[in-house]
Amino acid sequence: MTRFQPLKLLFIFLGGLLLMFIIAPLAGMFLATSPAEFFDTAAEKEVAESIWLTLWTSMAATLIFAIAAIPFAWILARKKFPFKRLVSAIIDVPVVIPHSAAGIAILGFVSRDTAIGRLGEQIGLGFIGTPAGIILAMAFVSIPFLVNAARDGFSAVPEKLEKAALNLGASPARVFITISLPLAWRSILSGLIMMWARGMSEFGAVVIIAYHPMITPVLIYERFGSFGLSYARPVAVVFICVCLFFFAVLRMLSNRYEDAEN
Amino acid sequence: MLKIENVNVDLGKFSLREVNFRVNSGEYFVLLGMSGAGKSVLLQVIGGLIRSESGSITLDGREISREKVQGRGVGLVFQDSALFPHMSVYNNIAYPLRSKGYGRAEIRGRVKRLAEVTNVAHLLGRFPANLSGGEKQRVALARAMALKPRCLLLDEPISSLDVQLRRDMRLLLRNINSQGQTIVHVTHDYEEAALLADRIGVIENGTVVQTGTPGEVFLHPASEFVANFAGIRNFFEGKLIGSGSSLKQFVVRDKKISVLTAEPAGKGYITLRAEDITLSGNRTDSSAANSFYGTVVSVDPAGLGVEVTVDAGIKLCALVSRESAAGMGISRGSAIWASFKATAVKYIPG
Repeated sequence: MTRFQPLKLLFIFLGGLLLMFIIAPLAGMFLATSPAEFFDTAAEKEVAESIWLTLWTSMAATLIFAIAAIPFAWILARKKFPFKRLVSAIIDVPVVIPHSAAGIAILGFVSRDTAIGRLGEQIGLGFIGTPAGIILAMAFVSIPFLVNAARDGFSAVPEKLEKAALNLGASPARVFITISLPLAWRSILSGLIMMWARGMSEFGAVVIIAYHPMITPVLIYERFGSFGLSYARPVAVVFICVCLFFFAVLRMLSNRYEDAEN
Repeated sequence: MLKIENVNVDLGKFSLREVNFRVNSGEYFVLLGMSGAGKSVLLQVIGGLIRSESGSITLDGREISREKVQGRGVGLVFQDSALFPHMSVYNNIAYPLRSKGYGRAEIRGRVKRLAEVTNVAHLLGRFPANLSGGEKQRVALARAMALKPRCLLLDEPISSLDVQLRRDMRLLLRNINSQGQTIVHVTHDYEEAALLADRIGVIENGTVVQTGTPGEVFLHPASEFVANFAGIRNFFEGKLIGSGSSLKQFVVRDKKISVLTAEPAGKGYITLRAEDITLSGNRTDSSAANSFYGTVVSVDPAGLGVEVTVDAGIKLCALVSRESAAGMGISRGSAIWASFKATAVKYIPG
């Protein structure tokens, strides 16, 4: 094994470089922001409102689209149907296209000139420059994370357990709710967290649908464009802290759920 | 009565062809076949988890082959028990009862009774991950019986258990069957089939090639396949005599064989593994209660050893190593003693 030592050292060195690449800019940003700047920025009404808007719209996008994404993931995991590979590839499209292009695509779909846009307006649900539009843009770019994680989760549930439940008199809906869903829950929860986190950090697609009201990534960009780095940085630091806080809490909750299960 | 008529299933790589057999109400029916013969698929077809393409399946006069899984009235126990890992033993057994909308008190009472019958009452609060193989199978059995199925389908419920647990499980299954429960049990183990079955169906390459009582199947195999597969070289029909002590005599024609059994006297069968018979040139003093003098009628290679058939009034088949056979100079026509212990003989009431 000794002859592999230099290779191992090289790998550790490369890994260390990679870690530094992630940590250094973030650490630099945190170190460049004084506690006073941090708390002043956090107390700003515009910043607080924008963080709150970002949090709830990304959460709403995750929960609303989960209603369709989770059952769809089960279909992808369990059923054979024509063009299944094509359907799976379509699910991944939002990950690979530029997000500003995704924003343009959604805009073309829900603008006031389209049937959907007009219908939305009639029932009081405008998409341009509204939280509803933000939710759509966030969901569009983040939905693959949930669908893929949930599909992997359902695939890992032994089909035999679902068959056993059917044989024990349960309806397909009951089997889904009492067997498939709880057993795939760990992956689904992880997918929900990833979708939420991805939605929260979205900029490109949202800025095209709704510059106002401003979600935090747009606010950071706007402050940078108008006032420069030193004004944008504290907002970025506050937002990162909020994101990391929620991310840590959710991870902790999901780990506790796992421990309870084991 | 469960009646399977001309059932065909095509699963691409594997198919069931023209499967026919019937299982009488209250009967213990064992489907015996090698792995890959289609036993488990056939159980899933009866249970409705795999659709048959043609043929009919009737249960107590009702055609069920087009019925939904939930409405067939059959309970299926999977080979690896398929307990729900996220539910306690109690909730596993209660699951089918909740599916059918029973009230809480009714569920509690029924789970308790089922747990007592299957001897898992002390495990109700545990989760499947903390159960042994035998415990899992008993819980799966209790769960499958919860809805009082007209027919219980068991997929190799004993094969994965060790010897002591196998005996306990056999007793439990016999006990459940004796209360009128119709059982279809699939296995690749002829001994298990002989010990449990009222009737046996032999399945080969996706079709049932012979059905009958253990006596009919093992004494009169319908084909070379059945004869070879069944594997019981020493299977005899006769009469158990004696009472009181557990050492009894089993009479085959005019030969008396000592058997250790608590069963009452009566007609039945005995089985004896070929590897449990010892051959020797002289009668030896040993704990073997049975010694027969006879003539070697055939010596055939079998796996790593040789199969020696001795005609001692009854034909006994012994499995010995090639080295032993050569060392003793065993050949056709040799005179030889064949001995075996009373405990090596398994008695099956007829």
